[in-house]
Amino acid sequence: MSFAFWAVTALTVAGGLAAVTLKNLVHCALAVSVAFAGLAMLFLQLDAQFAGFAQILVYIGAVAILVVFAILLTRNADTPKEGGVFSRTWLAGLVVAAAVFAVLGWAVLAGAKGLPNEAAAPAVTVQQIGQALMGRYVLPLEIVALLLTSALIGAVIVAMHEAVNEKGGAK
Amino acid sequence: MVEKADQIFVLLQHWLVSFLPAAWQHAAAVLLGVVAIIAVYPTLFALAVLMERKGLGRMQNRYGPNRVGPYGILQPVADGIKSLTKEDIVPFRADGLVHFVAPLVLVVAVFMGFAVLPMGRNMVLVDMDASLLFFFAMGASTELSVFMAGWSSRNKYSLLGAMRAVAQMISYEVPLLLSSVVIVMMTGSLSLERMVEAQNHYTGIFPHWFVFTPWGLAGFAMFVIASMAETNRSPFDLPEGESELVAGYFTEYSGFKFALFFLGEYVGMFGIAGLGATLFLGGWSAPFSFLTWVPSWIWFFAKVEIWICFFIWVRGTLPRLRQDQLMNFAWKFVLPMTLVNLVDAAVWRFMGEGWLRWVVCSAIVLAAYVLMGRVGMRREHLGPRSYRYAE
Repeated sequence: MSFAFWAVTALTVAGGLAAVTLKNLVHCALAVSVAFAGLAMLFLQLDAQFAGFAQILVYIGAVAILVVFAILLTRNADTPKEGGVFSRTWLAGLVVAAAVFAVLGWAVLAGAKGLPNEAAAPAVTVQQIGQALMGRYVLPLEIVALLLTSALIGAVIVAMHEAVNEKGGAK
Repeated sequence: MVEKADQIFVLLQHWLVSFLPAAWQHAAAVLLGVVAIIAVYPTLFALAVLMERKGLGRMQNRYGPNRVGPYGILQPVADGIKSLTKEDIVPFRADGLVHFVAPLVLVVAVFMGFAVLPMGRNMVLVDMDASLLFFFAMGASTELSVFMAGWSSRNKYSLLGAMRAVAQMISYEVPLLLSSVVIVMMTGSLSLERMVEAQNHYTGIFPHWFVFTPWGLAGFAMFVIASMAETNRSPFDLPEGESELVAGYFTEYSGFKFALFFLGEYVGMFGIAGLGATLFLGGWSAPFSFLTWVPSWIWFFAKVEIWICFFIWVRGTLPRLRQDQLMNFAWKFVLPMTLVNLVDAAVWRFMGEGWLRWVVCSAIVLAAYVLMGRVGMRREHLGPRSYRYAE
């Protein structure tokens, strides 16, 4: 639990808090990118190089851009929400969030007893990840590939239908 | 003697670090490397800007800058002084913090990429297991800074330029990554050092660079195209098209922030040229086996400079692609070609040594290229060229 860990944790939590409390939606998207970067640095501190760099590449390079495009193409991001950013039922939301966190924390801590007792973090090379993906976890890999393909085809169909409707309307 | 010339920077680093107590030596060595990178690449940037303006000028049948210094050599110095002393204008309704941070994010992300490039024998700043992935992760961060720049200016032209730039960069990121995955497949490692070591062998006098294999040549061509699009270079520079969008997402930046964007763009070009040289052109290995006495870092920088000259040459030659032509090209031609290239590399690997695999793999790549080109063009209804001259 070094100083670097606390600094990165503070950055991540600050990014997350900013993402839900800022008024301007694009600022929120940028704050969540800061939280993603903090998560990547936490992965790197645990010596999980592949996970950390993949986090930056996928989350900051693709997901954050997607969020930003979605904001810009669908609503006016300039006008802040009237009545502040907090909803009226914030107490119920807080209770639910605390309950979910408690359940997750209990599950993680209870499962920690079953882990092998290792002094240092294991050094996992990319080759081991590749072998695990192609060997033990090949079925989840293929199912995820199928899921992504269906999402891609669905996106193309949705976009195509809009073009056809526009042409029909213009005639 | 040859060994010493080759390792001169490493020896210099060790000598400088030996003055410090042992506890600080590792950190000081890394710091020296960082300082060297930050000193060398902006110098190269100044030279590249000069080369570009003179070279483009010559290609367009005019002199480039020739007032400042003999043959205009001191032009970058004049440019630097100008950009440092210009007034920094921020639009009134611009988003102050994001407007300020955007060029910083670009420059930081671009310089981080140099940490994993092997610039000579034993001259990598950080030798990581997944260094190629690190480089691409840093490249992906630059897209966010482009968007931030365009959006924070509160200017419709900037926003349009930023959206176009981000769409282009995302589209070409996939072929860029896929054409590098072929190299990862054949080397069996994501580490750039391993890739250079795999190419550092010679049969007779010819090197084993990956560009001299059929799948390597196809991958190289696609990497060059994708890298030109990633750094927004002509013919893919519609986002900063000077005749369309004023300056695209740069429009509201002046003075030092504009200089930072300019620096970031050119240093990004150097980074991706360095990566291409490492992946396909053998990194720091010499082109012929009788030239290995020349220091390895000279070969690396020579290859990077050749890439830059090629970028400048293409900028002066080809017309700009329209946005939809650009995106069609990426998704409908380059991406399928990279997938065919992956299959090609697999066929190469499993066919075993011999001349047959050269023939088969070259045939696959050529057939795919011709077929996809013809199928793609069938919808265009292009007739024979007709010329009309003014009477």
